[in-house]
Amino acid sequence: MPKLSAILTLTSSLTLGVGGVWVAYNVDMLPVSASMNAPVYDELYRVLFIIGSILFIGMTALVIYSLIQFRRKPGETGDGIDLEGNISLEIFWTAVPAIVVLFVGLYSYDIYDRMGGMQPLMHNHSGHIENQGEKVWGGIGSGPIETSSSNNLSPLPIELTAMQFAFIFHYPKGDIISGELHVPVGKEVSLRMESKDVIHAFWVPQFRLKQDVIPGQPTILNFTPTKAGNFPIICAELCGPYHGGMRSNVIVDEQKDFDTWLKENSKETI
Amino acid sequence: MTISLKPNNSSPEKLQPTGWLKYISFSLDHKVIGLQYLVCGFFFYLIGGSLAGAIRLELTSPLSDFMPREVYNQVLTLHGTIMIFLWIVPVVNGAFGNYLIPFYVGARDMAFPRLNAVAFWLIPPSGLLLITSYFINGAAQSGWTAYPPLSITTPAAGQIIWILSVLLLGGSSIFGGINFIATILKLRRPGLKLMQLPMYCWAMLGTSILVVLSTPVLAGTLILLSFDIVAHTGFFNPGLGGNVIVYQHLFWFYSHPAVYIMVLPAFGLVSEILPIHSRKPLFGYTTMVFSIMGIVVLGLVVWAHHMFTSGTPPWMRLFFTIATAFIAVPTGIKFFNWVATLWGGKISLNGAMLFSCGFIINFVLGGITGVALAQVPFDVHVHDTYFVVAHFHYIVYGGSVFVIFSSIYHWFPKFTGKMLNENLGRFHFIITFIGFNLCFAPQHWLGLNGMPRRVAEYDPQFELINQISSVGALLMALSTLPFLWNIFQSILYGDDAGDNPWDALTPEWLTSSPPPVENWEGEAPLVLEPYGYGEKNSNKIKDQK
Repeated sequence: MPKLSAILTLTSSLTLGVGGVWVAYNVDMLPVSASMNAPVYDELYRVLFIIGSILFIGMTALVIYSLIQFRRKPGETGDGIDLEGNISLEIFWTAVPAIVVLFVGLYSYDIYDRMGGMQPLMHNHSGHIENQGEKVWGGIGSGPIETSSSNNLSPLPIELTAMQFAFIFHYPKGDIISGELHVPVGKEVSLRMESKDVIHAFWVPQFRLKQDVIPGQPTILNFTPTKAGNFPIICAELCGPYHGGMRSNVIVDEQKDFDTWLKENSKETI
Repeated sequence: MTISLKPNNSSPEKLQPTGWLKYISFSLDHKVIGLQYLVCGFFFYLIGGSLAGAIRLELTSPLSDFMPREVYNQVLTLHGTIMIFLWIVPVVNGAFGNYLIPFYVGARDMAFPRLNAVAFWLIPPSGLLLITSYFINGAAQSGWTAYPPLSITTPAAGQIIWILSVLLLGGSSIFGGINFIATILKLRRPGLKLMQLPMYCWAMLGTSILVVLSTPVLAGTLILLSFDIVAHTGFFNPGLGGNVIVYQHLFWFYSHPAVYIMVLPAFGLVSEILPIHSRKPLFGYTTMVFSIMGIVVLGLVVWAHHMFTSGTPPWMRLFFTIATAFIAVPTGIKFFNWVATLWGGKISLNGAMLFSCGFIINFVLGGITGVALAQVPFDVHVHDTYFVVAHFHYIVYGGSVFVIFSSIYHWFPKFTGKMLNENLGRFHFIITFIGFNLCFAPQHWLGLNGMPRRVAEYDPQFELINQISSVGALLMALSTLPFLWNIFQSILYGDDAGDNPWDALTPEWLTSSPPPVENWEGEAPLVLEPYGYGEKNSNKIKDQK
């Protein structure tokens, strides 16, 4: 009965679609979002989760259904149906994934652009004397994020030196050296990173950002914290025996508290 | 060139040891070499698995308290290297490839039997070399990726032995690849067209092309790295003007195709197993062939998706995102075709079938997280975290290793002439499937929430999830016991299998079990429809019997 099977297909796909969306909105697997980058990331994550759930649940259901429905009953002999292929079906399941993948690709390009990934690198990077032609590689977010220009302030420059097994932060403004990263909430920070020995990586899960810190090749990572608090900085690239212990903290303060911290620790009066 | 299809009268049997001794000899018989690969691979799987157990034991508590930190890094390096280069690659290629490909093309052996034996006998010494490095001065501790400058600054002896071992294993892999290409293209029985070959031949042809194109790049890279370590050259040493990112490009130019070297043959094996146990033709033969070749071509141009957080220019990130995501299309075709192969069949729920279906479910999840990881903005958060660990174990364990078990259940009657106990097989599958998912599914959450990979100590908030994962690992370890018991018990006391217990049509089943030295007593059979199952054809099968 083709009519019945059509109705069944339609209902099951609808259930799947609704189920996928429900799962994506009710299973929250991400940590707190604390940078301007994070809500954009979470949006992408949600879309990927919806598509992924539909596909995974659908495929698993099909396999389990086939195993139960078409299992060989005791005493049964003979072969299954004689079906070697179906061109229109095969075109269908080539085209649909291709469209989905293309959609995901374009969408993630848009996300990438909104995170500032496609911005040219050599924007105003005050506080540094940059040699003409010095090669600096940007991490994601190294360009300005869409709303950050409304602050009409240049980003706060901080230098990060990574070594086995510590992160050292240097604030050119005030010449402060710190083992922890202090940043004000709502202000764009520009982190210029270089490693002294092996490759490390700077990762703050709550910012949804990661960039390798490479010896002999400076990298830049820009971000804007949006939530005051204390978040972990984690080294994410195997860097030696104490790799697991190579952690620090980023302390996101209100502007007022940050200014106090800056004043208290400055070696020179600002 | 003419190829003799009649049995060779100067019987090579006389030149070769017989009985069990042949399995530890320089045998030229492709079937003996295949089983040598399989047993040797399984031996290293047990070692690699014990190392995984040690890792999971260390991670049951947030502190680094089970083994010294240096040893932990050695253990994770050895675990990765052994599982990839000594278990999955040699078994899905070497073991089943050597055993099956000559049958499938209707040949009496591989194109270059001596090269074949050399390729196998490179493996045990390199494997032992790798393991003994632990007892000399400590094994390599820079991970299986051996990124400089870490690999240059850690103790040199272990790293050099690691390089030597991987070079030998790469050589073995290249010899095998050349042999498969020559056998599939040149030793086909007259009258057999390429598009009539069983799907595993296509998978092995594609895989061998990848092996031959990409493995030499890894070899060259590792030789340069060894110069940096021993001769203090500066190819990758930034202190001497080298560039660490170049190494990553060269390394992943091999090591991403290496993933396809591990899964394409598994795709081929599943395509052999599913039609037989669901008594249906393989759905969409032609699209399957084109999707294999599509994966081969795309697989060569996606390597930089492993480097989204290294220094890479934006256009490069974009290109590799799109290329990587598009691999989902040919891969998706294969999975839909397999489900369509099951549809309307008469499915036997035996060990072979269950492990193949477990593979489909696990690999779909691994593939979905793979497409997600291909997106740069998604990857910058989860790169180098347990999310990635979960992803690739879903591909290589949930994918390739499940297929290896499925294939052992399927071909064991051919290998030995004895049947395996299917109830024990089903029990083995259930324990493995539950253990595997319990071990790796929670790791997605760990990665998303902030646990990096390759750490011996971690944030205490992750303790419970890590313990759940370790319980899963324990189940996986225990699941090996019913399997081993089944193997030994069946070899000794198993029921007689007969020549063709599955009523299969592919040529390896059209001879005795185990097959004679040159595969068939008489002429090689000409199988033009290897998947001619289904109602219409069931009489044909009866006639053949």
